Amino acid sequence: MFGKLSWDAVPLHEPIVMYTLAIVGLMGFALVGTVTWKRKWGYLWREWFTSVDHKKIGCMYIIVALVMLLRGFSDAIMMRTQQAMASSGGPGYLPPEHYDQIFTAHGVIMIFFMAMPFVVGLMNIVVPLQIGARDVAYPFLNALSFWLFVVGAALVNISLGVGEFARTGWVAYPPLSELGYSPGVGVDYYIWSLQISGIGTLLTGVNFFVTILKMRTEGMTLFKMPVFTWNALCTSVLILAAFPILTATLLMLTLDRYLGMHFFTNEAGGNPMMYVNLIWAWGHPEVYILILPAFGIFSEIAATFSSKRLFGYVSLVWATISITILSFIVWLHHFFTMGAGANVNAFFGIMTMIIAVPTGVKIFTWLFTMYRGRVRFETPMLWTLGFIVTFSIGGMTGVLLAVPGADFLLHNSLFLIAHFHNVIIGGAVFGYMAGLTYWFPKAFGFRLNDRLGRIAFWCWLIGFYFAFMPSYVLGFMGMTRRLNHFDNPAWQPWLLLELVGVGIILCGVSAQALQLYVSIRNRAKYRDLTGDPWDGRTLEWATASPPPFYNFAEQPKVNDLDAYWGMKERGVSTLSHTDYRAIHMPRNTSAGLVISIFALICSFALVWHIWWLAIFGLVASVVAMVVRSYDEDIDYFVPAQEVARIEKARLKDLAEA
Amino acid sequence: MSNIVLEKDIAHSHEQGHEDAGSMRVFGFWIYLMTDCILFATLFAGYAVLRDSVAGGPSTVDIFELPYVLAETALLLLSSITYGYAMLAMNRNDKAHVLRWLAVTFVLGCGFIAMEINEFHHLIAQGYGPDRSGFLTAFFTLVGTHGAHVLSGLVWMAILMAQVSSRGLTNTNTTRLSCLSLFWHFLDVVWICVFTVVYLLGVV
Amino acid sequence: MKRIIGYGLTYLATSVVLAGCNLIVFNPKGQVAKDERDLIILATGLMLLVVIPVIVMTFLFAWRYRATNKKARYSPRWASSHKIEAVVWGVPFLIICVLGWVTWETTHALDPYRPLDSDVPPVNVQVVATDWKWLFIYPDLGIASVNELALPVNTPVSFTVTSDAAMTSFFIPALGGQIYAMAGMQTKLHLIANEAGQYRGIAANYNGHGFSDMHFSTLALNGADYDAWVNKVRNTPQKLDQNSYAELAKPSVAHPITYYSKVQERLFLNIVDKYEGMNKAPRPTGSQVQRNSDDKRVDQQPSLLAEER
Repeated sequence: MFGKLSWDAVPLHEPIVMYTLAIVGLMGFALVGTVTWKRKWGYLWREWFTSVDHKKIGCMYIIVALVMLLRGFSDAIMMRTQQAMASSGGPGYLPPEHYDQIFTAHGVIMIFFMAMPFVVGLMNIVVPLQIGARDVAYPFLNALSFWLFVVGAALVNISLGVGEFARTGWVAYPPLSELGYSPGVGVDYYIWSLQISGIGTLLTGVNFFVTILKMRTEGMTLFKMPVFTWNALCTSVLILAAFPILTATLLMLTLDRYLGMHFFTNEAGGNPMMYVNLIWAWGHPEVYILILPAFGIFSEIAATFSSKRLFGYVSLVWATISITILSFIVWLHHFFTMGAGANVNAFFGIMTMIIAVPTGVKIFTWLFTMYRGRVRFETPMLWTLGFIVTFSIGGMTGVLLAVPGADFLLHNSLFLIAHFHNVIIGGAVFGYMAGLTYWFPKAFGFRLNDRLGRIAFWCWLIGFYFAFMPSYVLGFMGMTRRLNHFDNPAWQPWLLLELVGVGIILCGVSAQALQLYVSIRNRAKYRDLTGDPWDGRTLEWATASPPPFYNFAEQPKVNDLDAYWGMKERGVSTLSHTDYRAIHMPRNTSAGLVISIFALICSFALVWHIWWLAIFGLVASVVAMVVRSYDEDIDYFVPAQEVARIEKARLKDLAEA
Repeated sequence: MSNIVLEKDIAHSHEQGHEDAGSMRVFGFWIYLMTDCILFATLFAGYAVLRDSVAGGPSTVDIFELPYVLAETALLLLSSITYGYAMLAMNRNDKAHVLRWLAVTFVLGCGFIAMEINEFHHLIAQGYGPDRSGFLTAFFTLVGTHGAHVLSGLVWMAILMAQVSSRGLTNTNTTRLSCLSLFWHFLDVVWICVFTVVYLLGVV
Repeated sequence: MKRIIGYGLTYLATSVVLAGCNLIVFNPKGQVAKDERDLIILATGLMLLVVIPVIVMTFLFAWRYRATNKKARYSPRWASSHKIEAVVWGVPFLIICVLGWVTWETTHALDPYRPLDSDVPPVNVQVVATDWKWLFIYPDLGIASVNELALPVNTPVSFTVTSDAAMTSFFIPALGGQIYAMAGMQTKLHLIANEAGQYRGIAANYNGHGFSDMHFSTLALNGADYDAWVNKVRNTPQKLDQNSYAELAKPSVAHPITYYSKVQERLFLNIVDKYEGMNKAPRPTGSQVQRNSDDKRVDQQPSLLAEER
């Protein structure tokens, strides 16, 4: 009746998990209680949960990303503590069965449920504003994408309290991830959470690809688009081409596990090497999906905070396009040691190095943007400077690993760990933090507390170096990854140093949490009435902060790059004072949420082999889609008087600013 | 936020009107189809790798019956033609013929699915199911995924027929008919690739 | 000339400093590992040519062009320079060309499948990764050991590696690079130990909860010591055949070092044969197309046997 599910699924015998669940339960209870007490459920439902507004959806993505950052970071703290404790032969405090789930969950959460939503969230908030559009091409699909992503995140979190998570590493190589070696539900949770949130991501790719190509405002040709939008376009292409590979590969693994098929099993003709190839054919473009938007963010920030035009725009765009294309022909560098032969290894190694050229061009672009500019060291710029130095080191070690002969010694070692954290934290995460600080005032109408933002930056920067530079050394000392305990005392001082680094990063994260609290409490004081707190150059700064739900009363006409900067120089206002028209907007809907809830029921049931419930969830999900398709009341017109009222209020704010 | 609806079908010349929305939908659907193409490409790649992994079981020559597959193919290709007639009727605003041709397409599609299920059943009954070997796994999955897409298309077709029947050939419905048309022809093309790579190349 | 001496000294200094820090990778005990180390140093050096100027420029530009420094030139519209573009595309491209050529050459030279150039005849070792221990079979000597690998110094060793469980990686950091161990496959690795000593060998790809304890001891021994070790193994009572291997293959963590004085003929290949892997039935020719599916011929085909690779 309930498949494999029973009360045994709750890990009562693992105190660490039970304490965590208790704390999370209490916090959840407090949150629900507060919302109920303040009677905000109606507001949340109407304004957020059923919203199809790209700005709201973007904010929700980032909120979930930040929450998942806390969970992924907790996993990191636990791992580092275990490794520091267990260096002299002792077992540490985490048994392998638990530790192995933690490192798997850490990777899965950070990539899929922290970095991806951060990227998608920032793209959501910014891109339509930057191109002068009112929303994305498919607002309902946008909401659906978000809720499908939440289902994925929910599954990973549910696995903590009901059952277990995968113990395979974040890419889940077979045959370890097959039924024979992973008979539990962990890998099934992994499969369904990735599969469902992957569908959401794919829809996002379609959405932004079409939005950017078809909804740019008048005069904004492709080569007049802001760089962040260019990067968003290339990211969308990467998503469109890579995520179907993930869908198909996970499907194959699912069929192996559920129907006894033999795609990747050891026996009966399965081929685990094929999984390795397929998963990395997706996996490498995936990391470029994470980094390209960060590059875009840095481009915007470098120009804005140098009060100068971005250097080499055309070159930069072509560099981005070439990175996009090249990222599809380098995947084998993730497994040079699988024995592909010298010709194949050398080809992929050389291709990987070639990507370093356009990436290097970008770095020089940002440097020469600062050159002969007027550099202001606001927090977003600090993140940018920290990024340039840190990412260069990480990129260098990447090119080093791209040499197969070198990789043979360093594959799967802590050197590799250091490299990818170097580029993901120093590159992607620094970018998201910079973007968060930069665009927060636009999204919410008030600035973040500056002092705490600076403290957070320095803690992250210094903490990062302490936490990961020793890993390079440990890699050279022959330490391999994913070890739960070891008996090499020479490693311990470095591991302790890393634990210190993690502690410093913890200070940074705490500073950010405090910064949010303080800024929200003092939001009246930090209010930005101008809509342009940083003296920005691109169109999003032409709107109010936060922008009205329709973004632009009249879509602006654009003549050049840095559209808003040009307008400011010409003294042209983007707001029309008369002649407001009715605006066509999509209606809010709960359909995305409903479809996703049924998807959650279906996938949870599939994990536990509760077949009747799975069928119910699937059918109900499809029915919800059909019901939505019958809905004809999906859009409306905002009356011209309403638009006029909102715009006049903004003019009043501007006058006061 | 004001929810007052003025008029539904005002065409604002310099804003995104309903006509534009339709073509943007079709474009977006086309992009989605390209991703589906990559999904199938991955399954084809898997098939290519596993085709010879028979694990002592049957290989391609042992289980493929070309005349049967030819009949299946004929049904599917014919259904594409009949859908084409439905689209022509749509362009003439002829609701009755749209529904008629869609019905024929539906029947032909069901015929295809029935034949495929029959083929699978026959193989499984002999002990040559997808759990027998890597080759059979890849075969069942590639052909089966195509079949699942066709089945989804049939469900979509039925619902769309109901919607056209009750509401007529509105902008929304014609956009949806165009999208389903793309989907249906796309599945036809994929089937030609399956037919060639799996069945034809399997018996030579 | 001075430059060459300069580079040579830097290289020497780097090696000494790095070796002193107990960094195995920079303290190689075999030729293969030494070549790989030199490659790492060379590649790093080439890239520092770009990375160091970048880091310097970051600090320099940020400081000189800070907004409070009104003395610095401010050119807000200056955003393009063909000379700079040529340099930022050209110099990294040239460096990558050099590195690319180095990559091509060294990838072939260091290919794990390539036998080492040596007059000394190689020692053959068959390696089986099971959960969670390493079995070493010496096919020419007819002996085997678990979790202890003995090699004669200055003698090339030819490893043929497989797995009887999940995918993992066979790695002796002091002697050279690693190769994956996969069920049904035979991968190869060629190493040589140029210095006597005891080195750590590990599994370098996670394969389950016993992974952290899946390390083994590599003894690089001089001639006489090596013969003594072989004799020691030959004098143990245990023998390795299909049955005792089945016992051994059962999952165990931190398995103690075990010796087997006799190994059943073709044991390694039988282990490979358990999985179809790369051994597939040959494609039937056109003349067999006529048979219908009821024919029992299919199941009567002899399964292909793994061959020595």
